[in-house]
Amino acid sequence: MITAAPSPSKPRWEHFPHDADVGVRGCGATAAQAFEQAAHALTAVVTDAEVKPGLAVEVRCEAPDLELLFVEWLNAIIYEMAVRNMLFSRFAVRIADGRLEGTLWGEPVDVERHAPACEPKGATYTALRVAQDADGTWCASCIVDV
Amino acid sequence: MDPARFTQVDPTTWRIEPQGAMRVPAVIYADEKLIRDMDDKVFEQAVNVATLPGIVQASYAMPDAHWGYGFPIGGVAAFDPDQGGVVSAGGVGFDISCGVRTMLTGLTVADVVPQQKLLADSLFRQIPAGVGSKGAITLDAIDMNAMLSGGARWAVERGWGERRDLERIEEDGRMAGAMPEHVSDRAKERQRREMGTLGSGNHYLEVQAVAEVFDADVARTFGLARDDVVVTIHCGSRGLGHQIGTEFLKEMAVSAQAFGIALPDRELACAPINSEVGQRYLGAMRAAINCALANREILGHYARRVFAHFFPNCELRLLFDVSHNTCKVETHAVAGRARKLFVHRKGATRAFGPGHESLPAALRAVGQPVLIGGSMGTGSYVLAGEASAEQKAFSSACHGAGRAMSRHAALKQWSGRKIVDDLAAQGILIKSPSTRGVAEEAPGAYKDVSAVVAAAEHAGLARRVARLRPLICIKG
Repeated sequence: MITAAPSPSKPRWEHFPHDADVGVRGCGATAAQAFEQAAHALTAVVTDAEVKPGLAVEVRCEAPDLELLFVEWLNAIIYEMAVRNMLFSRFAVRIADGRLEGTLWGEPVDVERHAPACEPKGATYTALRVAQDADGTWCASCIVDV
Repeated sequence: MDPARFTQVDPTTWRIEPQGAMRVPAVIYADEKLIRDMDDKVFEQAVNVATLPGIVQASYAMPDAHWGYGFPIGGVAAFDPDQGGVVSAGGVGFDISCGVRTMLTGLTVADVVPQQKLLADSLFRQIPAGVGSKGAITLDAIDMNAMLSGGARWAVERGWGERRDLERIEEDGRMAGAMPEHVSDRAKERQRREMGTLGSGNHYLEVQAVAEVFDADVARTFGLARDDVVVTIHCGSRGLGHQIGTEFLKEMAVSAQAFGIALPDRELACAPINSEVGQRYLGAMRAAINCALANREILGHYARRVFAHFFPNCELRLLFDVSHNTCKVETHAVAGRARKLFVHRKGATRAFGPGHESLPAALRAVGQPVLIGGSMGTGSYVLAGEASAEQKAFSSACHGAGRAMSRHAALKQWSGRKIVDDLAAQGILIKSPSTRGVAEEAPGAYKDVSAVVAAAEHAGLARRVARLRPLICIKG
């Protein structure tokens, strides 16, 4: 019998339930890709509408381990969303030596068009996990307080 | 949760005896049905809190407890600084000093109903709510520090509120010990344009009618009678509090190890009260309390402006303003001895009983108003603090209905449009920029608030004074 060698599944994101708030999970071939996918899940907490990736914003963060770095990454996006009043829909992440450099592309919030459902307050350490599955897929997840 | 996991002390007191690393027992106040419906995580989190250094008497959970971060939401715990006690950023939460204020209007349902639709439209236009809404106030660096030190008193001095409101706000409208210098530039930047904004999620401004009076004497003292109309605002310290919570959670999760504190959950991040980081957090957290007090005072002012337009002779008088995500220094009797403790309330309301010296003279005889937010459809409650709450849970009571279902599950079950229509048919007008946001906050996604407050009353935490039903709900 021939079986295909395990290979990382396609990049994807999802929400998972929490009593009061919402969980975000991103998966991909690398930790960086998982982080990018989780960022899509974060935007989807706020809106289901299309977000145009017109403006670029650079963020940097660092942490002693990958899990804490993931929370820092989401909090960096939440900060930019809040102070720039923007939503983001394209993400590029580079991780090296515990440091993350990211680019976010998005547009200012348009209340009519985006009909934002709720505002993320902060990413938490609850249900926090960044790990590589047996098939090589990286997944990154945590609960976001909204 | 399986009630068999507890020692049942009486119909509303459930105890977990110390085991493993627990330093004190955990006690949950709830009836058997509320216990059965609670997530097992509440058990786990109440137990984890009981392991923290310097905890006094017990780790408590209120009848509306649900799965939180580190602490359960509805968690109460007091720590003694002289016994190695800690202050926990996780034990206060992200929305520092989130709370509720209720204002009396002097109007009745018959006065308001003919104007209900226009009033709802006007409030929705005038109260910035939700993501992307813009506040009318921008603070420069000097104003920011003045606000973080002055709280609601600062708002009143700037003309956004009335002086007589202050004695009806916890800490007389200004939390002492705030240290704006320990609030980061990023936290201040997040708040620069957010004063006088409602936020989103479960935050709201409601126009409500008194639907039922349980205790006529106390209701009279509070100024509440059946069919009276009140305005209730639920919100907190906005981006500033969220950023402070985020930053200190990270710092304390890392520093805990250096202090030799074993954290069963990183979200319990804490530091000794008598440490540099502990003191720095307390200074920043108190500044965030002032931010929340100022924000609710400004929102109250906006509500006054709208009501003055529709009802020129109407005066909105503040009944009370409570905070339910805080850590405060309070003196409580423990085993007959007065001790100065750092009381964390994470989704729990302070509930001082009759005679407490901090209450204004007009309320002292009956106890502190305890304002309980329900859901959009089921209504809210006004309770009064009971003297017995001090012994039971350091003078604390529940804070809301508590969610029974995740946002995720609520979205699958309900359509926001249909909820708006169904509630309109019951005379409740919902105004929100997002129908999805309405679905996530569906009345059915919350516990039965009536069962929660009945359990709080039975447990001797606070007694019921009045039930409020919504007429208008502005949601972010």
